[in-house]
Amino acid sequence: MAYYIWIDGSGENLRGKTKTLPRKPNSVKDLPEWNFDGSSTNQSTGENSDVLLKPVALYRDPFRGGDNILVMCETLCPDGTPHPTNKRHSCKEKMERVHAHRPWFGIEQEYTMFASNGVQPYCWPTNGYPGPQGPYYCGVGADKVYGRKIVEAHYRACLYAGIKIAGSNAEVMPSQWEYQVGPCEGIEMGDMLWVSRWILCRVAEEFDVVISFDPKPISGDWNGAGCHTNISTEAMRHSGGLAVIKEAMANFEKKHIEHIQAYDPNGGEDNRRRLTGAHETASIHEFSYGVADRGASVRIPRHVQHDGCGYFEDRRPSSNADPYTVTDRIVQTMLLDNMALKLKDNSKETQTPDQIELAKMALALDEVEVDLKK
Amino acid sequence: MDGLDGQVNPFMDLDQGGKCQAYYMWIDGTGQGMRGKTKTIMKPTMNPDDLPIWNFDGSSTGQSMGENSDIYIKPVACFKDPFRRGDNILVMCETLDHEGNPHPTNKRRRCFEHMEKCADLHPWFGIEQEYTMFDFTGTHPYGWPVNGYPGPQGPYYCGVGNDKVKGRKIVEAHYRACMYSGIKIAGSNAEVMPSQWEYQVGPCEGIEMGDHLWVSRWILMRVAEEFNVVVSFDPKPIPGDWNGAGCHCNISTLPMREPGGLEKIYEAIELMGERHDEHIYDYDPTGGEDNKRRLTGLHETASIDKFNYGVAHRGASIRIPRQVAADGHGYFEDRRPSSNADPYTITDRIVQTICLNECI
Repeated sequence: MAYYIWIDGSGENLRGKTKTLPRKPNSVKDLPEWNFDGSSTNQSTGENSDVLLKPVALYRDPFRGGDNILVMCETLCPDGTPHPTNKRHSCKEKMERVHAHRPWFGIEQEYTMFASNGVQPYCWPTNGYPGPQGPYYCGVGADKVYGRKIVEAHYRACLYAGIKIAGSNAEVMPSQWEYQVGPCEGIEMGDMLWVSRWILCRVAEEFDVVISFDPKPISGDWNGAGCHTNISTEAMRHSGGLAVIKEAMANFEKKHIEHIQAYDPNGGEDNRRRLTGAHETASIHEFSYGVADRGASVRIPRHVQHDGCGYFEDRRPSSNADPYTVTDRIVQTMLLDNMALKLKDNSKETQTPDQIELAKMALALDEVEVDLKK
Repeated sequence: MDGLDGQVNPFMDLDQGGKCQAYYMWIDGTGQGMRGKTKTIMKPTMNPDDLPIWNFDGSSTGQSMGENSDIYIKPVACFKDPFRRGDNILVMCETLDHEGNPHPTNKRRRCFEHMEKCADLHPWFGIEQEYTMFDFTGTHPYGWPVNGYPGPQGPYYCGVGNDKVKGRKIVEAHYRACMYSGIKIAGSNAEVMPSQWEYQVGPCEGIEMGDHLWVSRWILMRVAEEFNVVVSFDPKPIPGDWNGAGCHCNISTLPMREPGGLEKIYEAIELMGERHDEHIYDYDPTGGEDNKRRLTGLHETASIDKFNYGVAHRGASIRIPRQVAADGHGYFEDRRPSSNADPYTITDRIVQTICLNECI
């Protein structure tokens, strides 16, 4: 049984359906294309409501076990071109162009559990609130954490499926949790994060709980939920990388508005409720960065400053952001917008002549693109 | 409470693809609470030196130092994880600041250093951890009647029967979980107040006492989650004619355990008597304020103001077991530490007084 998963017209929600395969597939290439009725998912394009599903990644199915699989798909129009709601296609193209830089990502997915009526957070008192934030972060005890069973189940399900889940913790608001996926290179980040979200929503079904990826589910003095994205390139991971990170900051600053537009599925409107400058967020209006600064747009971890190389954390994406759009925008700003593509000297030693050629071709393509636009 | 209606979580049998989960735990800014989070590790280990140093956001746990909110956690002891089983582990950590020095709330480091200094005396400890079970609100003792009180103390201590003991399932689960993990749990019993229990950890030598006791507390709170029960380590959870909860600490050094050791015991007790105030300060996380509610001189406690000792004397600060007096060697019991005391601070204070003869 192959469960085909896709992102629907909202850009936030997942859909899926099952197909029987005659035998266990060895790879994505063995999987047939499929289709669905786009008029039921806000993806219909005019009179032709069939939307094509093209498998792009497969994982072991933790619910069905055995040889059964989960299949992440991208959506195509009937003529084979990417569907307007397909954000993966552009991301994949860019990742191929910047392949030589080996961009790695790690996303910290936060989310909130709700009772099955979807009205109040899971285990919150009816007609009231829990005690103020403070004791819940990384807590233990029946009065401090709600829903740990779901978290445990999700972690094991992801490990089984082959998702690169790296860790998890209870978050600052009660019934709010976080897990991290990564390090993933290139397009893998988006594929794995989307499937991990599906697994989470599906696991929660078993427990009669609803998962919300809303970035500010409860207004007032309660934390929002983000999708902090940790980023590095080959150059940043090696000696002297801190300088490359700082260069990237300069580029990020110039494109703050473009990033905010890419960092939630509503062009920044969702994040307006979350990025207030309070509750360990930066204000949505300005770009800032700092070492170990959780009130900034970008945080450079202290050990990265100490080591002189490593990675940085963009704290702006909201919990319901599309990881394809997020990682697409990041490599665009960091590696493609900057016309003078810089390859650090010491990273040249680790690159094959082919890789250097590819990087030069990517630069040339960019210049052509700029010329075409003029 | 959850959709499984108390059934076993079916996902816990799933294959992990060769990877393991390491649950890093640490003591938070209150000195009483514990926090923790999970990291995937690529291959199994029981050696804390194999594990990377990690970090967390200190501003959410009362441990942030100004603008520096990243606090490092360094693994110091590993135990098998009784909840996740397999090769998954619990990892006790100490906290470091951004320069790699012990964080101000890290009481383990100094304890460790002092234990190293008196290692040739082989100090052994056994701690009797008392605690009270509360319902999931954390405000009402587990199994107590709504809007009322149980009958007076008397029949509950080491009791059996639905009307005498509440929460035995949790106690049974905790004991087995500790044994599985490798915690040196030595015994348990129902206590004098209903819904109050005790378990003992030891004998542990040196720094082991603190590590084992803290992890046993975490396991207890985590086990109780499964039953929707909250565990309280408050030393006087119910005011009035109800027992408090302590962390009686049994102590011996190699000379005390050998024939003629009783003399060494009395010498040590004399030294403890000279430092009564310093010990009271270290025997709860609030410099003695918590213990003021418990050490009243009633309910088998000594008064907080006086230091006294005696053979088989449960109203004294220090009790020498009758068997020890008869044998002429053995150990003694300090009854002063409160149930929420930090075992690193307790054992550190003790060896400073009786082995290193120092004052802070």
